[in-house]
Amino acid sequence: MHFAFTDDQKMLRDTVREVLQRECAPDVVRAVWEGRPESATSVWDTLAETGVVGMTASEASGGMGMSELDLLLPLEEIGYAAFPGPIVDTVAVGIPLLEAAGTDEQKERWLGPAAAGEVRVAVAFEDQDIVADAGAADLLIAQRGGAGYCVPISDVSVTPEQSVDRARALGRVSFETSPQNRMRDDVDMHALFSLSQERAALATAAQLIGLCRRMLDMAVQYAKDREQFGKPIGAQQAVKHRLANALIEQEFARPLVYRAGWSMSTSARDADVAVSLAKIYAGQAARFVAKEALQVHGAIGYTIECDLHMWMKRAWALAAAHGDAAYHRERIGRHIL
Amino acid sequence: MDLDFTDTEAAFRKECRVWLEANVPKEPLPSGDTREGFAQHLAWEHQLFDAGWAAVSWPKKYGGREASLFEWLIFEEEYYRIGAPSRVTQNGIFLLAPTLFEFGTDEQKERTLRPMARGDVTWGQAWSEPNAGSDLASLKSTARRVDGGWRLSGQKTWSTRAAFCDMAYGLFRTDPDQTRHRGLTYFMFPLHTDGVTVRGVDRLDGDEGFAEIFLEDVFVPDSDIIGEVHQGWKVAMATTSSERGLSLRSPGRFMATATRLIDLYHRYRDRSDPVLRDQVIQAWMDAQAYRWFTFQTVTRMMQGESIGPDSSMNKVFWSEMDVRTHETALELIGESSELDVGCESAVDAGHWMKGFQFALAGPIYAGTNEIQRNIISERVLGLPRK
Ligand SMILES: Cc1cc2nc3c(=O)[nH]c(=O)nc-3n(C[C@H](O)[C@H](O)[C@H](O)COP(=O)(O)OP(=O)(O)OC[C@H]3O[C@@H](n4cnc5c(N)ncnc54)[C@H](O)[C@@H]3O)c2cc1C
Repeated sequence: MHFAFTDDQKMLRDTVREVLQRECAPDVVRAVWEGRPESATSVWDTLAETGVVGMTASEASGGMGMSELDLLLPLEEIGYAAFPGPIVDTVAVGIPLLEAAGTDEQKERWLGPAAAGEVRVAVAFEDQDIVADAGAADLLIAQRGGAGYCVPISDVSVTPEQSVDRARALGRVSFETSPQNRMRDDVDMHALFSLSQERAALATAAQLIGLCRRMLDMAVQYAKDREQFGKPIGAQQAVKHRLANALIEQEFARPLVYRAGWSMSTSARDADVAVSLAKIYAGQAARFVAKEALQVHGAIGYTIECDLHMWMKRAWALAAAHGDAAYHRERIGRHIL
Repeated sequence: MDLDFTDTEAAFRKECRVWLEANVPKEPLPSGDTREGFAQHLAWEHQLFDAGWAAVSWPKKYGGREASLFEWLIFEEEYYRIGAPSRVTQNGIFLLAPTLFEFGTDEQKERTLRPMARGDVTWGQAWSEPNAGSDLASLKSTARRVDGGWRLSGQKTWSTRAAFCDMAYGLFRTDPDQTRHRGLTYFMFPLHTDGVTVRGVDRLDGDEGFAEIFLEDVFVPDSDIIGEVHQGWKVAMATTSSERGLSLRSPGRFMATATRLIDLYHRYRDRSDPVLRDQVIQAWMDAQAYRWFTFQTVTRMMQGESIGPDSSMNKVFWSEMDVRTHETALELIGESSELDVGCESAVDAGHWMKGFQFALAGPIYAGTNEIQRNIISERVLGLPRK
């Protein structure tokens, strides 16, 4: 038993952290919010240069062949920065799907460019027609009638839908299935898409941890700076205890996320249960931290002038995405009861 | 990262399990917080020690197995899984011993550790006083310098199982000119000697689980001071951080409670509803969260880091989880949850109501959860003290 990341994993995290600190300040997120998605393009490009976008692609496809576990710390940083864009769908889900079930032609056309950051991928699971970042993607991978499809976004009709998180570029997608855009039939697509759902849930949980950390950092800083009654509000015990509770929620969710990453990357027998635990805890922690952070901010936190709202709204969206608490609790219930 | 147990760890688990399955009393012992139960628990402690299981992580020369921290956690998982008796030697083995390992002299270790682990000499903690609870540094008990030692006077209270114990340890003011945490010294002292009166106090559940200790000019030799004279605060803080940290409540205990709750749910599911079902699932998940959090902490400790503020988060988490888990159990049992230990028709011999009452103490002892939250917010988050 050894529960710690390697130095390499931490180095990669630090690289991503530095890039995002430098290039993805809150005003970048705000610009995307306000309808200027191109503001985040250069961040995506830098992430691609550092290799993060191609992390999961095989070395033959220009990637680093990294596992679910390796992805977690970079994704946590991406959550911390509330970086907008289909990073989870591209890196955690799309590229591995292409690699496993793309036809030679599909791989030829999409895989290398996706790993190089030139093609962004959105993923629609069976029965899912509202897709995050569909508006920002170049390629849609979708499961329809059990089969997989790989469709250039130019062949997809995307109707924008409004998310509470305006930076999520939700879109309602529809397209014609055809033999041309169909993925391979000689792989078990059911199993592969199930696995992809686990990956999406795990990657979302990792982002949620990052969102927690940022919201808590904002609230702690605010509690130190804001003065009432002649002293910082953070000197008041009622405020302290809220923030202590927020930290506890966050810190107990974290190891569950890391453990789920390890379980997936080693194909452990109970990986699905581990993912459900991770997603529930990370989602609950994020919602809790959001609520406490808002309360500590007072009215300024209740405006869209204050950056906090962008993180809260991402947290609400992601806590419910890829299986909300009820869905995952039920999976755990089936396992233990 | 490797979250599988190593072959050595797996073999250790098997060895624990085999021994425990063969030796754990088939019938549960009466509460170790009563005089009669305490004696029966001591017999069990002798058996544990003689087979080398009383303090697995200790050096062999003191009766341990030099097990790693992970192996200790494994032992605990197996211990509670099978429902072995509660550890009445806990205040010695898990709280005093770590302090002795850090601050004690060789002579003190030679003299105290083996009898402590075998349960031949039992220990109570004597920190709290009537007017010094959370604010321990305001304590009033004193130690006066005399030839070859000190004379202790004052009153200690809430000392767990002290009514049945042989010895105790705690802080006394040795320098009357200093205030608060300066000028205190850490003493070990006998409970059955001239000048000591111990009066048992019945706890919420009716057991004589803790006691008041009155001291009048009780002689203690210099050799029973741990650490340096006037430096007791620093030494005591080492005990309190192991108390709220790992050693007092390892994950195995809560995993076992969650498993028993699931078993209860199967027996009472007719009475259940989706809300209760969710609470049962939550209890299991919380125990898992605590387990993985602990594994992460222990990995850091094995790399040489100290437990630090994790110990405060730990303490809040396990104590509040334990209360919720027991509340869920009582709701599942419903009307008959009031049937107490001793009532023929009590579900699981009244274990859940008793456990609930004990769980309610968790947020109070080992530093109240309010104090832990103060520590977390000030020392981890860096919020201003005033
Ligand atoms: C089952 C049990 C076993 C125990 N065993 C032992 C033992 O073996 N040896 C021993 O020495 N002691 C023992 N104790 C005592 C325990 O350590 C004390 O109860 C504890 O330190 C709190 O002190 P107090 O009870 O005096 O409460 P107080 O300190 O008077 O606190 C009362 C309430 O006020 C709150 N409060 C106090 N100060 C603050 C603050 N600064 N900020 C916010 N809230 C605050 C507390 O959190 C609590 O809710 C035991 C207690 C119990 C319940």
